[in-house]
Amino acid sequence: MKFKGNAWKFGSDIDTDRIIPARYLNTSDPKELAKHCMEDEDASFASKVRPGDIIVADKNFGCGSSREHAPIAIKASGIACVIAKSFARIFYRNSFNMGLPILESEEAFGSIDAGDVIEVDMDTGEIVNATKNLRFKARAIPPFMQELINSGGLMEAIKKKGAV
Amino acid sequence: MRPMTITEKILARHAGLKEVTPGELINAKVDIALGNDITAPIAINEFRKSGAKKVFNRNKVILVPDHFTPNKDIKSAAQCKVLRDFAIEQKLTHYYEGGTVGVEHALLPEKGIVVPGDLVIGADSHTCTYGALGAFSTGVGSTDLAAVMVTGELWFKVPESIKFVFTGKLRKWVSGKDLILHLIGDIGVDGALYKAMEFTGRPIEALSMDSRMSMCNMAIEAGAKSGIIAPDKVTKAYVDKRAERPYKFYSSDEDAVYCEVREYDCNAIEPKVACPHLPENTKNVGELKNITIDQVVIGSCTNGRIEDLAVAAKILKGRKTAKYVRLIIIPATPHIYNEAMKKGYFDIFLKAGAVISPPTCGPCLGGHMGILAAGERAVATTNRNFVGRMGDVKSEVFLANPAVAAASAIKGRIAHPDEVMK
Repeated sequence: MKFKGNAWKFGSDIDTDRIIPARYLNTSDPKELAKHCMEDEDASFASKVRPGDIIVADKNFGCGSSREHAPIAIKASGIACVIAKSFARIFYRNSFNMGLPILESEEAFGSIDAGDVIEVDMDTGEIVNATKNLRFKARAIPPFMQELINSGGLMEAIKKKGAV
Repeated sequence: MRPMTITEKILARHAGLKEVTPGELINAKVDIALGNDITAPIAINEFRKSGAKKVFNRNKVILVPDHFTPNKDIKSAAQCKVLRDFAIEQKLTHYYEGGTVGVEHALLPEKGIVVPGDLVIGADSHTCTYGALGAFSTGVGSTDLAAVMVTGELWFKVPESIKFVFTGKLRKWVSGKDLILHLIGDIGVDGALYKAMEFTGRPIEALSMDSRMSMCNMAIEAGAKSGIIAPDKVTKAYVDKRAERPYKFYSSDEDAVYCEVREYDCNAIEPKVACPHLPENTKNVGELKNITIDQVVIGSCTNGRIEDLAVAAKILKGRKTAKYVRLIIIPATPHIYNEAMKKGYFDIFLKAGAVISPPTCGPCLGGHMGILAAGERAVATTNRNFVGRMGDVKSEVFLANPAVAAASAIKGRIAHPDEVMK
């Protein structure tokens, strides 16, 4: 999987309430959730984000609640991939389970500005800042997680194992 | 055999292994799987999409619609109906609504559904609460819940453990809530990322079950996978009256390996307040006496238990809330509600000017039953003070224990209980 898009930059400890505020959790419709994605952090996000754009964030992205609505909202908003210094654990798990591509990179955050054109190769973990002509290598995705991605998420993986 | 922590022992047992090592990926049997009105609809949809017809065990899949209940609007009602229909169809033993529903993490231990030694997953981040009973329990997402509903198993990465050793004696008005706030203030909101937190020491042994639960409840606010306290005679007294299944006590080996050991002297810990907009922004209550407030919320899976209401009643007895302060008290379960009523706390609360809400998560996550307007400020016994958590994006939440919350309601500003209880 390869992506190319413009960067959206967010700070550290972006919690799930900022990704999708609880007041919108009376639905799980991805399109509805996407309308309010990142609303309390940047009210213009949902209207300005373009398909293929990439979120670049500081440490502990997705901390807080277990709501899978958070990666669902991000994916449905058109974001192709999230790169962060680190991810909160439930968000990390949820993203692999439901199919939002995410990568961890310490260096990328400091060398990417909002609006930069970013290229991501999920298979090699290579991140290219095309605007600044810089390259980074994301932390390797554990083989088990790679298998989940290749299967198309957790439910597909358990189906493959014949567990249903 | 390698020495193991309590967490490693529980995981090994449920994976059918003699031993496990941090970092190892395991597939483990799940004793209890929980979902609520926000997370279960997605899980139920995934369950149906998978082609599965029956949950792996109707006694072990628990549905508790507690977040936006009593149904706050039409969309919430539709979400709850998904749970209700599924519970009826699958003949789930543990489904609660109306006058039987309570805040999930208060309800499950109270009913003896979760017992020591269990491996519990819940599609709710505060599922870590049950570590207070000596269970391994962790929050997951809806798809994980769906996978467990189908198979009864889930993959886990065995976490490293951090040992937190408490010494000394708890000062007056200091509870488990203050210990965990102090600790999060020390290590930060990702200070225990992916790790298991193990709380030990004499002061922990002296804590009540209610206080232990509020402590383990907030392990997630330090980024942890789980929080746990080794079960002891306090645990036994609590679970013997309730457990619906046989339980097993585990404890860490003396030479178990921890990635870190941290010590805290309780003699130096005062009642704490976490300031907006992260639980790590902790200060001593005395430093915040000029912060005026509009609302106080006493409740939630962190501090809506009987001990919490008892300390609030002690402080509010014969006193009134300050003018222009709304005090909202939310007993966490119907049983706690009934206990509080029988003990006369409702008279005290009503005379003080409080409103008593039915059990619900409600305002904790900005759902309903006490939403803040722009510019409003609340002291809450809840667990999160993120931007917009209790309402408008320009509102603020200060997290505290129930004694501080009650004293603040009386003073109309953040106050130390000693200021009221002279």
